[in-house]
Amino acid sequence: MWTYLLKRIGLALVILIGASALIYMLTMMMPADYIDNQTAAAVQNGSMTLEDVMRLKELYGLADKSVGGIARSYGKWLTSALRGDLGFSFLYGRPVSSVLKDYIWISFFIALFSFVIEIIIAIPMGIKAAVNQYSAYDYTVSVFAMAGTALPSFFLSALLMNLLAIRLKIFPLQGLTTATKVFAQDAHLAIFLDKAWHLVLPIMVLTLLGIGGTMKFTRTNMLEVMNSDYIRTARAKGLSERTVTYKHAFRNTMIPLVTSLSGMLPGLFGGAMITESVFSIPGIGTMALRATQQGDIPFIMGYNMFLSILTVTGMLISDMMYMVVDPRVKLK
Amino acid sequence: MDEHKQESIDLTEFSDADLEQHFRVISPGRMVAKRFFKSKLSIVGLAMIIFVFLFSFVGPMVVKATWGYGETQVFKVERETDMVTVAKFKAADGKDYHYYDRSKTTILFKAPISADHWLGTDTSGFDIFIRLMHGGRISLIISFIVIFLETLIGVVLGGVAGYFGKWVDQLIMRIVDIFACLPTLPILLILSATISSIEAIPAEHRIYYLMGFITLLGWTGVARIVRGQILMLREQEYILAAETTGISAFHKIFRHLIPNTMPQLIVSATLGLGGIILYESTLSYLSLGVPFPRAAWGSMIALADPSKGQEILAYYPNMWVPAGILIVVTVLGFSFIGDGLRDAFDPRMKR
Amino acid sequence: MNIKRFFTRKTVEDESNPLYLTLREEMRISRENNKIIKRFEKAKARKNVPEEEYLTTMKNPDNVVEFEDLHTFFFTDVGTVKAVNGVSFDVPQGKIVGIVGESGCGKSVTSLSLMQLVQEPQGQIVKGSIRYRASNGKTYEITKMPRNRMLQIRGNDIAMIFQEPMTSLNPVFRIGDQMDEVVLLHVEGATEKSAKARSIEMLKLVGIAMPEKIYDQYPHELSGGMRQRVMIAMALSCDPRLIIADEPTTALDVTIQAQILELLREIKDKINGSIMLITHDLGVIAEMADLVVVMYAGRIIEQGTVREIFHHPKHPYTIGLMRSKPSGKTVDNRLYSIKGQVPNPINMPDHCYFLNRCDRVQPECLGEYPPMFWHSPDHCAACYWSKTGELCDDEGEREKESNDE
Repeated sequence: MWTYLLKRIGLALVILIGASALIYMLTMMMPADYIDNQTAAAVQNGSMTLEDVMRLKELYGLADKSVGGIARSYGKWLTSALRGDLGFSFLYGRPVSSVLKDYIWISFFIALFSFVIEIIIAIPMGIKAAVNQYSAYDYTVSVFAMAGTALPSFFLSALLMNLLAIRLKIFPLQGLTTATKVFAQDAHLAIFLDKAWHLVLPIMVLTLLGIGGTMKFTRTNMLEVMNSDYIRTARAKGLSERTVTYKHAFRNTMIPLVTSLSGMLPGLFGGAMITESVFSIPGIGTMALRATQQGDIPFIMGYNMFLSILTVTGMLISDMMYMVVDPRVKLK
Repeated sequence: MDEHKQESIDLTEFSDADLEQHFRVISPGRMVAKRFFKSKLSIVGLAMIIFVFLFSFVGPMVVKATWGYGETQVFKVERETDMVTVAKFKAADGKDYHYYDRSKTTILFKAPISADHWLGTDTSGFDIFIRLMHGGRISLIISFIVIFLETLIGVVLGGVAGYFGKWVDQLIMRIVDIFACLPTLPILLILSATISSIEAIPAEHRIYYLMGFITLLGWTGVARIVRGQILMLREQEYILAAETTGISAFHKIFRHLIPNTMPQLIVSATLGLGGIILYESTLSYLSLGVPFPRAAWGSMIALADPSKGQEILAYYPNMWVPAGILIVVTVLGFSFIGDGLRDAFDPRMKR
Repeated sequence: MNIKRFFTRKTVEDESNPLYLTLREEMRISRENNKIIKRFEKAKARKNVPEEEYLTTMKNPDNVVEFEDLHTFFFTDVGTVKAVNGVSFDVPQGKIVGIVGESGCGKSVTSLSLMQLVQEPQGQIVKGSIRYRASNGKTYEITKMPRNRMLQIRGNDIAMIFQEPMTSLNPVFRIGDQMDEVVLLHVEGATEKSAKARSIEMLKLVGIAMPEKIYDQYPHELSGGMRQRVMIAMALSCDPRLIIADEPTTALDVTIQAQILELLREIKDKINGSIMLITHDLGVIAEMADLVVVMYAGRIIEQGTVREIFHHPKHPYTIGLMRSKPSGKTVDNRLYSIKGQVPNPINMPDHCYFLNRCDRVQPECLGEYPPMFWHSPDHCAACYWSKTGELCDDEGEREKESNDE
């Protein structure tokens, strides 16, 4: 088993290096004076010197565009990245890794919450739809699920804002905290509740968007399982339909479910760029969107590498979970 | 075992048609179509897509003929009294200037729903209804072109990988993995933002680059499907190949392999159309798609951005809600059709 | 499949296409069938049905199960499949009844009907009666029994073994857990310890060498033959009165096949129960069965003791089956096979179903479907060609007919 794991990790590293090279080439497409334009403000107010700008240009291969030059600058970026130095953000005036560290937690919190709620709602719905295939429940639920995945995140956000924040005035419109309220220094609970209240709408948006996929996945897998021979055996043993569904069938459906869901876990750290921005939540997604729109190259590189690492970690986790959950796939 | 030696009637006087069931024969294409139309959801999806197509492509022609509206036509209202604006100012070159404005009309901003403008006008004075139609054109055209390109690249690469196997397969699959682990939206944003800032590229051409980028990030799915199918079919065909000799057999196999992947490809392409429309609308929302003043569904929804003020979001739903509804209708329509096709191609349904 | 041929019309010689229906016809059939299904499902969903409704008496107290004029149909979107179309036979106590027939003749559906395991909601028992005499002396009418009572019988009084041992066990649970489940469900006062002891005892009974080890293993760690033994052990756990074995050896090697069959016979003697053995393999029937029922296209076309069927078959189909089996005595170069195909289960003709394949057609064969004719106290066949003067009616009673042929 360990050799298998090591092989997979090795493969993942190769993929990551390939991905980083690809992303690097993409940022290379920016014209040479782009960095000058972007750093002009920072140079003026003194947080960066012209030497820093030159070094940046070298780092991103914009100084020397020959093949050798590109390879060398990529090598430089890679070595510093491996040491944990993801570069210095233009926009935020501090190291990229420090920005990531600060803003990741809110994004993670939002994503985690909506992930959990979405699972709790979607899986039972999927099971019930599969058990009562072709019923009215099945059709309705499927259509709603598909509608959920058809909504663009910004549209759903705007709709909910309009309805719940503006018309019904239940939830606040944007931001993480109520600017007009002043809290005492140690009113931790009140501050926490205030923040949580602000997060309800974004969490709602993310949940609604995600329910569809999970529900459909559960339903498809349950259907396949319910048509298996061992379910027929279970019925022949005299087990009630309930036991057959929730013990025998579900335990088998859990295998693909757990593997794919656990594969999504690292992605929770990535942040939802559009939704966070629309609601002005200070999370990593908003930061990344702003950085991308304003050409903050170091941040862009760092953030994209971070996401790729998350994706690849997700794949690894999902592979490992397979070994844990499915007794057929044991030590090879 | 005894043999009974009784006489039996000679049955040759009865034709095959009388004795056996009477078969009417249909081709598999018709059967798939029949199964497709059995599902109500598929028919609804088909209706939705046909509606959106007509709306987007035929609509503007109808409107042009009857009302004469254009996509970027600014609507003006006649003023009852002339308004003359006069101003004096000093310009950068030190000279004094006088400024006169004698407009006879004002721009019809943010008009409410009326018989002239079915959905009113937006913040620039454009008619919203016709902009929806033009936006539909953009979305549909982009999605079909991208899907076509994605399928092309995916079939070629996936086919080569699956057919040749061994190191070719490994190499191509690593490339697929690399592309697949790229985060789609951020990369798309980088690329679009880069393109937008390069002055050498005129704004109208941005859209073509966008199509290329979305293709680059999406072909991996198709490649995986095609490769999987070919690997599976090769297992079956391999036995056949072992018996036949000559290169021509392999050629025939290739000509059979790809068509056999068609059902899966069609399903995945149809379902992918919806995803591309969502990406395109997201890019338009961030003003990275078709440039102003052209219309796109995403950019119409962007008018309701709360950071720019709550006015539009709260009080002018006619400006942005229909665009969003159309996006949902289109994507849903493609989803329904895709699902219906998948069930129609797959004969081992419960019913 | 060429792209061009996908859309062009095929020629009539292509046999693989089903019966063609226009879309409108299909939707009409689908709607009607759905209404029928709803009616049946509603009747089945009743709760708290008083026992008198499904208690009855056996015609012959020596029988464990009596099938009488059973009709089980599948209401599909393309028509009604008459899978079991008037089947009557008895399963006496302590005997092995072999049900023989081709694929699709309805033998599996018959046994599934007994267990109320027919694929819902399309499959429904439409007509007829299945009487089962339980160990408590009461006789139940299976077709009228509510589901919750049926659950008490399944696995407990009547146990079933299926054809595919490789996929019949749940892959994520251990063997021991799956076996204990049956005991814990049906046996009063069973504890985990007593269930485990029982399971291990059963595993030993079916000839598994190290039952404690197998108890802790997963199904994928066992071979096909072992898994089938486990299935049999599981079936025996609650001392069933009747074991239904649906092609238990078809998926196994010939050597294992012999062992499993021997095992089944031993078991039957030990527990003094009956076995319904479903198969298409005549060799198995010859070895195991006491009584034989030959089914074709949803109906019984011949039944009798194993000697009568093998030595004096009276139906052309049975004769054809005997001849089809290749044996060492076959001198001819060609293997015999019955020409033609089984009729379409959706549109059955009114005359004998075997007509288009039979080589002994009589003038009356073109008329109505032949009734059962007696050839001996146990042996009857539904064939005009071999008919005798005596008919048997649906209940297996003799009926004297005037002797005119």
